[in-house]
Amino acid sequence: MTVEPLLFGFLIVMAVVIIRMRSLLAAAMLSGIFSLISAGLFVLMDAVDVAFTEAAVGAGISTVLFLGTLALTPTQEKQGKFKVLPLLAVIITGLVLLWGIADMPYYGDPNAPVHVYLAPDYIQGTAEHFHIPNIVTAVLGSYRGYDTFGETTVIFTAATGVLLLLAYRRQDQDQLVPEPPETEGEE
Amino acid sequence: MSKPQPMRMREMVVVREISRLLIPFILLFALYVQFHGDFGPGGGFQAGVIFAAGLVLYGLVYGLDALKRAVPPRLIEVLAAGGVLLYGGVGVTTMLMGGQFLEYKVLDAHHGEHWGLLLIEGAVGITVTAAMTAIFYAFAGRDTARDEESR
Repeated sequence: MTVEPLLFGFLIVMAVVIIRMRSLLAAAMLSGIFSLISAGLFVLMDAVDVAFTEAAVGAGISTVLFLGTLALTPTQEKQGKFKVLPLLAVIITGLVLLWGIADMPYYGDPNAPVHVYLAPDYIQGTAEHFHIPNIVTAVLGSYRGYDTFGETTVIFTAATGVLLLLAYRRQDQDQLVPEPPETEGEE
Repeated sequence: MSKPQPMRMREMVVVREISRLLIPFILLFALYVQFHGDFGPGGGFQAGVIFAAGLVLYGLVYGLDALKRAVPPRLIEVLAAGGVLLYGGVGVTTMLMGGQFLEYKVLDAHHGEHWGLLLIEGAVGITVTAAMTAIFYAFAGRDTARDEESR
């Protein structure tokens, strides 16, 4: 229990540092560390499956993709002008979220709605019908099979979109735009 | 991440040798997470991402061409669609066998649920591995393209 405030503190510090950071490379690396700390928090909350995903996707693959994108963009963030309206929008959204938190049940509260009727159903049903020790897998695959099918389709769609936007356009450009003559001269 | 980076990575003895040691274990761990998902934490999504991370590490250290020789982009595209088809195919199969969409217990009298979960987790793993690798190919491919142009 004593580690959690420390990790949450780290998260806040990390978020502020990332916002103030002008170097995009450092920001990309720090966002990876942000994900890793989040994964640690998920482990402390016994959500090991989520921690797994966060560590692999947030700290691993996303950081590599950020770095891959940085190879195509400038390394420094442009110094933007200070704008009042976005700041107001962020502050108001933050206040609304804090207001919403006040209505949420405490973490681990046994009387929270989800623990009163939904979770017991899943825990009992998994043992009775599916005979699988991992309830998370039973929920994902059996109770929520449609949702998981949808998620798989979303990932497939994302990959298709990236391929269509990035991988295949270059060939068209090569055909349309002739190479400048001086590059051939250098080689 | 400027142009000589891939060459330099391959020339670093420590990075190259440690990666050579680690990559088989990363891939093996991904398979463990995949097939142990019924009993412990993990499943298709996590396994797919870990497997893709192993492939991406190989691509980063040994170069994009080496990775493309090991896992051709064409294969990746087929696998990305194949996973979704396998998932949907399990659902249609259960319907053809008299059940509802994704009602695994009609697949087999005793182990229907296990078979169904194994197949759909496998489908998720295949699609996630292929999708992550395809996205990596798309980004890293552009990088090399620009290098060739600027050279």
